[in-house]
Amino acid sequence: MAVFRESVPRDLPGKMMELNWSLVLLLVLVGAAGVGMLYSVGDGSWEPWAVQHAIRFAVGFVAMLVIAMFPPRFWMGVAYPVYTVALILLIGAELFGATVNGSQRWLDIGPIRLQPSELMKIALVFALARFYHDLPTERVSRLGGLLVPAALIGVPAMLILKQPDLGTTLLLVATGGAVVFLAGLSWKVILPGAVAGLAGGIGFFSYGLEDYQRQRIMTMFNPDSDPLGAGYQILQSKIALGSGGFTGKGFMEGTQSQLDYLPEKQTDFIFTILGEEFGFVGGLVILTVYALILANTVAIATSCKSTFLRLTTMGVATTFGLYVFINVGMVMGVLPVVGVPLPMISYGGTVMLAVLAGFGLILGAHIHRNAEPPRGVGLFG
Amino acid sequence: MKFTRRALLMAGGGALAFTGLSARLYSLQVLEGERYRLLSEDNQFNFRLVPPSRGRILDRFGALLADNRDSFRVLIVPEQAGDIAAALDRLARFMPLSDYERERVLRAASRGQRFNAITVAEDLDWQTFSAINLNAPELAGMAPDVGEVRSYPYAAAFAHVVGYVQTPNEDDLANESREAERLLRHPGFKVGKTGVEVAREQDLRGSAGALKIEVNSVGRVIRELPEQSNAPQQGQDVVMTLDADIQQYAYERLGQDSAAAVVIDVNSGELIALVSAPSFDPNLFVGGISSADFSGLRDNDHRPLFQKSIQGTYPPGSTFKAVSAAAAIEHNVFRPNETVHCSGSVRLGEREFHCWRRQGHGAVNLRTAVKTSCDIFFYEAAQRLGIERLHAMGQRFGIGQPFDIGIAGVARGIMPDPLWKRAQRNQGWSTGDSYNTVIGQGAMLASPLQLAVMTARVASGRAVEPTLYRNAMAPPAPHMGLRDESLVRVRDALRAAAEEPGGTSFGLGGLGIDGVEMAGKTGTAQVYSITAAERESGVRTQLDLPWRLRDHGLFVCYAPADNPKYAVVVVVEHGGGSSAATRPARDILRRVVARDPSSRPGVFANFGNIARSGL
Repeated sequence: MAVFRESVPRDLPGKMMELNWSLVLLLVLVGAAGVGMLYSVGDGSWEPWAVQHAIRFAVGFVAMLVIAMFPPRFWMGVAYPVYTVALILLIGAELFGATVNGSQRWLDIGPIRLQPSELMKIALVFALARFYHDLPTERVSRLGGLLVPAALIGVPAMLILKQPDLGTTLLLVATGGAVVFLAGLSWKVILPGAVAGLAGGIGFFSYGLEDYQRQRIMTMFNPDSDPLGAGYQILQSKIALGSGGFTGKGFMEGTQSQLDYLPEKQTDFIFTILGEEFGFVGGLVILTVYALILANTVAIATSCKSTFLRLTTMGVATTFGLYVFINVGMVMGVLPVVGVPLPMISYGGTVMLAVLAGFGLILGAHIHRNAEPPRGVGLFG
Repeated sequence: MKFTRRALLMAGGGALAFTGLSARLYSLQVLEGERYRLLSEDNQFNFRLVPPSRGRILDRFGALLADNRDSFRVLIVPEQAGDIAAALDRLARFMPLSDYERERVLRAASRGQRFNAITVAEDLDWQTFSAINLNAPELAGMAPDVGEVRSYPYAAAFAHVVGYVQTPNEDDLANESREAERLLRHPGFKVGKTGVEVAREQDLRGSAGALKIEVNSVGRVIRELPEQSNAPQQGQDVVMTLDADIQQYAYERLGQDSAAAVVIDVNSGELIALVSAPSFDPNLFVGGISSADFSGLRDNDHRPLFQKSIQGTYPPGSTFKAVSAAAAIEHNVFRPNETVHCSGSVRLGEREFHCWRRQGHGAVNLRTAVKTSCDIFFYEAAQRLGIERLHAMGQRFGIGQPFDIGIAGVARGIMPDPLWKRAQRNQGWSTGDSYNTVIGQGAMLASPLQLAVMTARVASGRAVEPTLYRNAMAPPAPHMGLRDESLVRVRDALRAAAEEPGGTSFGLGGLGIDGVEMAGKTGTAQVYSITAAERESGVRTQLDLPWRLRDHGLFVCYAPADNPKYAVVVVVEHGGGSSAATRPARDILRRVVARDPSSRPGVFANFGNIARSGL
């Protein structure tokens, strides 16, 4: 009996036909919301943020479509090299990086200012996906199957923590952990690991954190205690959000943000402006769009036949979801201020490009969902 | 399938997180929205304190003794300036900034709250101020501002009595209400420190208003909302009894001497002039006097900072004989025209008491004794009166009485009696003490103000109380209760002293106004007795002594002699005798009689507004 093999489009028009247009539309919606909010934050001016944001979105959008065209075989081939490059750049940032706000996150390469930690987020997903793609399922919970992912996650995490950038570190560990979980790690390993992780986390909070980081977490629970100091941002953010009410104060009418009460309003606290100007309705709409994007990616992931594409898609989606969750939780005062942007709405080039590149991979996974690239000669052949 | 299961598990977790975030958003924006809306208004709107204009101080005719004028100034808001030292460096390119000023600002910044503005400099000239305004973008945290600064147009002449204002210190803030403290901490705000400025602080100050403003997060004002604001309650003007013309003249007439002059309306007690010389420029104190200027004033042996007219006390000397004579007449201790023989000295037990005139006056009656200031006659008067009656009469004329003229620092002086001597020196009273007292020497001390009251009471027969503030409603002072005969005879004797040959101040040549006679009494307060040894070595007169050992010269006088209106007292410290005081006093008296300020319409303070009558 002949097995009906669903085809994988091979030419460009065929691939374009297979684009997940609903996901593309949702992404354009979010990008447009970002441009609008930055226009408002810039006091009703395209300068300095809205125009840049639009240009970056356009460039990233094209890059996303280009990335989507590449077959999974190609990405599998570059997975380990990309990870190696990202690791080298991270070490470079540690040694030569520019110091911004007291931490080394930036690397100047000619005209480009690069945040190696952003690159590492995708590189890690790649490397883990490639690793599990090559690893027979039964070996996932064995020692060898544990140690390599642990190293792949742990080494960059330590480097980023040293910058110090607690937010990105946690994001990286969580994303890596999600990929390992999805790869099928046995609950017998996960549960004791979670307990150990929790204990380690508590120990780390007590002894491993910088004072300012601990302070941030502490003031999160009681921001009113220090309204002009560490809790200022959270309190001002909550005031701005809360004063938006059900329907908001109207576009460009957000007094708190327009009057500069809010620091970093164009980057990490952009959701506050949205909430102040468009109220609960506007906030809920944006959250729903994000949720639909994530639902779409989960659907894509489950439709993929190859482990590599599934894990890549879910890894990117996890990072994206965590970004949204941490950022929105932060501005609403339920999570500490750790400096995580709201993807595609916050002003910032690297994140925009990284996120769109990530969705390029997801769209590519959708196009090539039926591809079954052979298991490469993995580290454990 | 395992992957799908786990992917859906994660999607479920995501859905849970989404629900949680939405719930939180709902709670913040819908359930607690009202609370945050109010908080956002707190953020957005603020009230800026609007300081009241300080009330002015005017003389009896409305001349400005203390005024406010616009002051161009620069404030610094530490919160906006960041590095204050660097901000001051930037400012220093546009205006000179002394190390002292720099220190003061840095100190204030380290103490105060970050968002409270601090005055860096005030009273800038227009050129400097406009340069700073023009370069404001480079001067982050510096705020050019127009405020008011106190000015004293007459400068030195009124320095003591009007006083001055300065930036309040912590002591000034201690007893103020919270609201007033906010005002006092306002940049550039000043409070009275001396004189009328401090005595009438509450009237002059007014109370702060509030201007509603919309501010952004760094406190920059976006918009003012005057219709939702309270105007400040301006300070009330204070009208004084002083006449700037007389005060200024008297101050100039005292010249370089260390002296005091008091001019009083003998019927109402209104003080027309209250002068202490030398003086200082109170304008120097308003902005903070330099330590060099201050030590110059503090170390000057003529004591410019000391208000001699009310704080200084001196033995009244022979000026007190007007009171002694009144006591002698009132108590009938001499028969009419009874004479006492003055040989130049009289023995009392072991001690010999001299008359100022060594060769004696011969036979003198009371009138001649006052006119020629014969000491021997008054020793006899003291003998017959006794200290109790002398003391009582001194008190009735104001010696030893603390008068409340409406500013602080009034000295009580001393009208000695046996009780006083027992209490102060634990010694019994002797007749010699009475002898000293009757001629205004010994322990007796009176301020020029008290001598002015004494003279006014002699001249009017009324128990006038001195005052500095105009009050149209004040009832006339009650009569002292002395017999008319006493007053008439004392006044006659005092007129003779100034207007008849042989009188102690006859040499002045009278008041110098046709048809107006004056009355007066000289006095000398001994500071130091020239010793026999010094006499041998050639010290003959007061001028041979060092300045600080010379006698004080006093003169009390009033005019017109037949219908007294004004009395003048001049005390010249270490003047070497009464002659240092007589001419300035006579000149001041002539001026005030000619001008006659009490008969001219003036101004009265009326619920804080100045009702100008006439003029």
